[in-house]
Amino acid sequence: MTAIAILAEDLRKTYGEVVAVDRISLAVPTGTVLGLLGANGAGKTTMVRMLTTVLQPDSGRGTVNGFDVLHQQQAVRRSIGLAGQYAAVDENLTGRENLVLVGRLTHIGKAAARQRATELLHQFHLTDAGDRPVRTYSGGMRRRLDLGAALVTHPPVLFLDEPTTGLDPASRLDLWEVIETLVSDGTTVLLTTQYLEEADRLADNIVVIDKGLIAAEGTAKQLKARLGDTVIEFELASSEVAVVAAELLGGTVAAGTIVRLLMGNGADTLRDALNRLAAADISPAHVALREPSLDDVFLSLTGTNASNSGAN
Amino acid sequence: MNTPNAAAPTHAAISASSGAGLVWAIRDTGAMVWRNLTVLRRVPQLLIFALVQPLIFVFMFRYVFGGAIPSGAEGLPYVDYLMPGIFVQTVTFGAINTAVGLAEDKNSGLLERLKSLPMSRSAVLGGRVLADTSRNVVVVTLMLFVGFLVGFNTHTNPFKVACGVALMVLFGFAICWLFALIGLSVANGEAAQAAAFPILAPLTFASNAFVPTETMPGWLQYWAERQPLSITVRGVRALMLGTEPMDYVWGSIAWSVGITAVLAPLAVRRFRNS
Repeated sequence: MTAIAILAEDLRKTYGEVVAVDRISLAVPTGTVLGLLGANGAGKTTMVRMLTTVLQPDSGRGTVNGFDVLHQQQAVRRSIGLAGQYAAVDENLTGRENLVLVGRLTHIGKAAARQRATELLHQFHLTDAGDRPVRTYSGGMRRRLDLGAALVTHPPVLFLDEPTTGLDPASRLDLWEVIETLVSDGTTVLLTTQYLEEADRLADNIVVIDKGLIAAEGTAKQLKARLGDTVIEFELASSEVAVVAAELLGGTVAAGTIVRLLMGNGADTLRDALNRLAAADISPAHVALREPSLDDVFLSLTGTNASNSGAN
Repeated sequence: MNTPNAAAPTHAAISASSGAGLVWAIRDTGAMVWRNLTVLRRVPQLLIFALVQPLIFVFMFRYVFGGAIPSGAEGLPYVDYLMPGIFVQTVTFGAINTAVGLAEDKNSGLLERLKSLPMSRSAVLGGRVLADTSRNVVVVTLMLFVGFLVGFNTHTNPFKVACGVALMVLFGFAICWLFALIGLSVANGEAAQAAAFPILAPLTFASNAFVPTETMPGWLQYWAERQPLSITVRGVRALMLGTEPMDYVWGSIAWSVGITAVLAPLAVRRFRNS
């Protein structure tokens, strides 16, 4: 096995005048998860399409599972699973038929394809729905089936292109758990997402791309450190109480009745602050937490309008 | 390093297996034909709508306009002249399914998934075109019986009639490749449908399928007598009625082979690059 499961070197793709990916290099160690974070049109999907042999890059090179994406395409295709934001399954086939079709087309044999379909339906809690046409499935069920279709061959490398975009929170959590199980079994994953929270939970390393270029890379912790801490805001009854509370908590008074403090130790800070307010018989009218949003990431990383984000 | 999934294929095994080659191309095409025909079975409306349109044409031309249209040959009932035209029109319109099916698969992201699989590159289009060709065989066979119900008579022998069916199915197969190219070039199923009519109208109506070409203006006649659909209709008339020279059979085969030889590689290239 190679130590680097996914490697991109100066990959570039243009569509006419539009530069979709402008020289991106990345390396994903075997058994880890890379989160490719970016807005719509940042070039995430184009990167995935080039690394999965669906699209020919204009220049640069890439390897997946040690195979060259330009010159060993069939070997790359046998090494990967691809699940996309579209849930690329046939609406008119049943869940089982979709999985069997993918099995047949990956040349594992008809009998093995049927057996694998049964296993995957079970694994993704679709056994009861397995013989119904996919058009009767909910959005979450389709995504699970789509992910199942990507896993037919037990691929060592998995590409997930915005796997939870458009899903309700429960389905999203459900899918995250499935992905975490796969990773714990040793699968290497390249995940694209628009959600910082998703990258935070699943990815070992994050690459933020913007306009086809890498804007930042590092662990979730490192990236967040660049954005500053989460902020807690207490709204109090009057500006006098706010001054007392600010002194008590070591925070700052902002906008009259609002006290703001940095959430250095996460939930501990919040609990501690509430306890101290309670001990002083002060009850805040309103408490708000502000997480750094993806917008904030982009604002701070791309430098546009950065002064409006972060501190407040 | 993490231990790999127990059932995961080894690196050496992935490297060694080939997966390309003719045998896999045939098996993959078979899997895709199965998929497309399963969809047809699951959504029988597709087959029913495929029949409704030619039935309307039979009704219109047999009973509404038919009395006013002279048949192309002396002593030949108009219904006998008409039905080969209807059959060829039916297989030609059937090719719309190829464009719509591929455009929808592209739009839904399914083509992208298929391109990421180690399957034969030609099987996606091959499977589509062969499934639509099988569907054409079914539809044309049913239309043949409809023809007999409205008074259509063949004037040759059953073998030649079967050859006539084969000739138009071959023509439908060729036209499917044209529509495969269209389906891969448009955004979705509706666009494919919309793109189809401007191509089908001059082929089917500016032809000898429904009326003899003699009354058309010279420039139109020039086209109507030389275009492949008219040649095919005359070939089918030669085989089913014996009213035309057999040359048209060979002419139609030449057109079908030619269209396929040019457009199938273009469609496959379009699939690879899209």
